[in-house]
Amino acid sequence: MSANSLTKAEFELAGNAVSIRHFTRRFGETTILRNLNLDIAPGEFVALLGHSGSGKSTLLRALAGLDTVEEGQIDRPSAVSVVFQEHRLLPWKNVTDNVTLGFDGKEWNAQAEAILHEVGLGHRLDAWPLTLSGGEAQRAALARALIREPKLLMLDEPFAALDALTRLRMQKLVLDLWKRHDCAVLLVTHDVDEALALADRALVLERGEIRTEVEIPLARPRRHADPAFEALRERLLHALGVTS
Amino acid sequence: MVELVMNLFPARTASHQRSLSTGGLLRFCRRYLSVALLLVLWQAGAQAGLIPSRLLASPVQIVHTAWSLTLDRTLPQNLLVSLGRAGAGLVLGIAVGVALALVAGLSRVGEDIVDAPMQMARTLPALALVPLFILWFGIGELPKILLVALGVKFPVYLNLYKGIRSIDPKLIELAKTLGLSRWKIIRDIIIPGALPDLLVGIRFAVGISWLMLVVAEQVNADSGIGHMMMDAEDFLRTDIILVGLAVYAVLGLLSDQIVRLAEGRLLTWRGRTAVQGGTR
Repeated sequence: MSANSLTKAEFELAGNAVSIRHFTRRFGETTILRNLNLDIAPGEFVALLGHSGSGKSTLLRALAGLDTVEEGQIDRPSAVSVVFQEHRLLPWKNVTDNVTLGFDGKEWNAQAEAILHEVGLGHRLDAWPLTLSGGEAQRAALARALIREPKLLMLDEPFAALDALTRLRMQKLVLDLWKRHDCAVLLVTHDVDEALALADRALVLERGEIRTEVEIPLARPRRHADPAFEALRERLLHALGVTS
Repeated sequence: MVELVMNLFPARTASHQRSLSTGGLLRFCRRYLSVALLLVLWQAGAQAGLIPSRLLASPVQIVHTAWSLTLDRTLPQNLLVSLGRAGAGLVLGIAVGVALALVAGLSRVGEDIVDAPMQMARTLPALALVPLFILWFGIGELPKILLVALGVKFPVYLNLYKGIRSIDPKLIELAKTLGLSRWKIIRDIIIPGALPDLLVGIRFAVGISWLMLVVAEQVNADSGIGHMMMDAEDFLRTDIILVGLAVYAVLGLLSDQIVRLAEGRLLTWRGRTAVQGGTR
């Protein structure tokens, strides 16, 4: 999106935030991901769609560094943050301490406060996570991801457990944060409309391979009633095997 | 357990909840009414000569004896000795139990080495070791403190170990994506996550420490509440024995309340969720 000064890692990625080459992941006899290639540009918003068991989570875990890469190559920035479907806040730390988790020192508190204000949680700085609503908890999880200034932000079905209205509000929040923080985003989702509302590009993962790749060149904010939106929606649904 | 009882007696549970809503005071009175009635009957029986004071002193006699034992400093001195032993044994037992649970909970090798012998040893009745402890450690303070520590370490170990092992692996996974070091994972996730179970273990431990002390002090001691009671037996002073029993009861109740208070302070993040049961 913008010309940041290139760090060494990014230089090695040849201008990409993420570069995956010939990545294969097997569990015993089963191949989950097969010879996968994927580039994500700095600041690009990519949505990854697919059925359960298509290998989305495996890809995400590999990108997050939670899984070893044995076949193929994955280059990713060192600053990677993940927001999971469950907020995964530590119940015994208040919201601020959850955001600064891993950073010792008082100076981080001001940083955390600023980011919590940014995600709209400025009024719950000292709250216990068990007292937060689903949307508030995900906002805190977003703040925890962003305080690390990630070059790649991964969102693993982050709004799947939220009610429809909260989900819409969170989608708008993610768009705002993405513009401001200027990081590449990989959004894993089940929801075609969510992918179309947010992403620059949508990928459909099927049986371990990227079968469909759709550019979404629409200006934001996007409207569902837009005929172009509708056409893209048909294509993605078709790729997912849903025919109307 | 509580749910089980409630399921078995649905009607009773309903009436129980109704009485709670009509007012705590009424329920408080009712709870202690039967106790008070029992005391009155006991006293009346003693005064009417139905209960021989040689076998069972009357409540008034007990209160009177407690007061005179306090005045001649027998009770406070022995109480202090008993408290010292229970405290020392408790501290030692908790330290050993926590250390073993950390070793077993944090590494697979540690689990293999520590857990099997602990699971075996915990089924041994600790009190059966009293003769062995006298042989090994004599009849001084050491065997008494060690006996308390021995009993205390099992509930601490079992509950903390269970607590460490039942921490949500998703939180550990999250910590790894945040790049937390192993030490920070232990400090920020494992220890606070297992703290509720540790406190449950300590509550059991406190109860067991008094149990072990009673036996240790009655077998070989020249001081302590247990010794005071054994002494009284020689002179058929049932009033002193009953004072000792009352002291044990009050101590047990008080120490349990202290641990509950600590739970409330340390686990504010849980809000008002009830304290769950643990492994003894």
